[in-house]
Amino acid sequence: MIMPLINGLKITFKHLFMKPVTLQYPDERPVQSPNFRGLHALNVSHDRAKCVACYLCPTVCPAKCITVEAMEDANHDKHAALYEIDLLRCIFCGYCVEACPVDALRMTQTFELASYRRQDFVFTKERLLEKK
Amino acid sequence: MDTLILGLPLAYYYAMFAKVLVAFVFVLLTVAYATYAERKIIGHMQVRLGPMRTGWHGLLQPIADGLKLFFKEEVIPAQASKFAFLIAPLIALITACISFAVIPFGDTIELFGYKIPLQIAGYHDMGLDQAFDINVGVLYILAMASLGVYGIVLAGWSSNSKYSLLGGLRASAQMISYELAAGLTLVSVFLMSESLSLQKIVADQAGAFGVLGWYLFRSPFTFLAGIIFFICSLAEINRTPFDLPEAETELVSGFCTEYSSMKYAMFFMAEYANMITVCAVTTTLFLGGWHGPAFLPGWCWFIAKVYALIFLCMWIRATYPRYRYDQLMALGWKFFLPITLLNVVATGIWVLVTT
Repeated sequence: MIMPLINGLKITFKHLFMKPVTLQYPDERPVQSPNFRGLHALNVSHDRAKCVACYLCPTVCPAKCITVEAMEDANHDKHAALYEIDLLRCIFCGYCVEACPVDALRMTQTFELASYRRQDFVFTKERLLEKK
Repeated sequence: MDTLILGLPLAYYYAMFAKVLVAFVFVLLTVAYATYAERKIIGHMQVRLGPMRTGWHGLLQPIADGLKLFFKEEVIPAQASKFAFLIAPLIALITACISFAVIPFGDTIELFGYKIPLQIAGYHDMGLDQAFDINVGVLYILAMASLGVYGIVLAGWSSNSKYSLLGGLRASAQMISYELAAGLTLVSVFLMSESLSLQKIVADQAGAFGVLGWYLFRSPFTFLAGIIFFICSLAEINRTPFDLPEAETELVSGFCTEYSSMKYAMFFMAEYANMITVCAVTTTLFLGGWHGPAFLPGWCWFIAKVYALIFLCMWIRATYPRYRYDQLMALGWKFFLPITLLNVVATGIWVLVTT
């Protein structure tokens, strides 16, 4: 009856000298894994988005948070005139990135996405391009 | 030395006042930093950091907590019994602090040619050259510990809330059952010391054997008594693993559910002051009081022993889960009580045989 109690005390005493696992968050930053799924980014090639507006990402999106509108440019190339991701609906599953046939979309390490206004959570094409 | 008040010289009163001040400030500071130490120690035992933000490594945390509670709104429930509701935290805190009056926390010191025993309710008679103290010190401590129940029961009853009431009821049942076993363990000490005066008990534990002079190691029966006394005291002051009166998983916060602001802080301080008192009493009765190797003054040893016991309390809190109510009662009545009763008889035989 006594030994289990003493063993318990021994364990807690050992833990007293372990290195704490706490991350002092705003001062210390977490190291993310390379395949961390954070904020989306549109890849750029030759100064323009690689996206060809094929509609695969809005189709595969389980949360239906991607809005794409296709348009033809001066060279008769199909591109996305409108590309919006509603982060309030996004579940960060990464299916859009997997579905993309031209590698136009990726996910970054950014995870601090809090904001004061609801409209700020809808990321437009310009804001998605900003983060290279 | 000429003026006598109630048959005692003026210096006695000065010394008394100074001792009260020192002891009270010591207890309050220890209370404040016991909360910090508890959070830190339990934090590290759970491989966390504990408070880190307020001051260097969170050192100002107790002050911030105190200030915060001080400025909080004072809520008195409309259906509460006002007078009892207001007086309950006072009873809890005062009875927790007042036990320190009889605990000798150091050797007799000499100041301006006047000898002062480091015990609030004690004085040094110059004529007889002997220190006197209250001759029923241990009974006084037991009495104050019992009075402390009133604060909690009144708090539970006067809040007019079912959680508080259940907490108060549990507290009273628990404290009364464990007081019995704790009181009986002390009988073993009285059998050894033949006195209830704490000065005498401490003096009796001195001697050349050092640690072996302590009552804890004097005989196997007092060893058992010491262990059981400490456990019963934990139950009496509602510390984990016996913190049923404020079991937050079942009773929100038990008897202090309806309390807010400084009144809540007073219950909290009472809890920690009780812990310090219990550790001090255990030190005095079983761990040789302020005696220790001579390279440090007595009060240093006293503080070191008390702090070691406080650490033990926190260590126990970090380790064990809470008892269930029926287990608690079974442990108190069916295990500790018979053992302590037998222990009294056994100590009696031991004393008879060894002397």
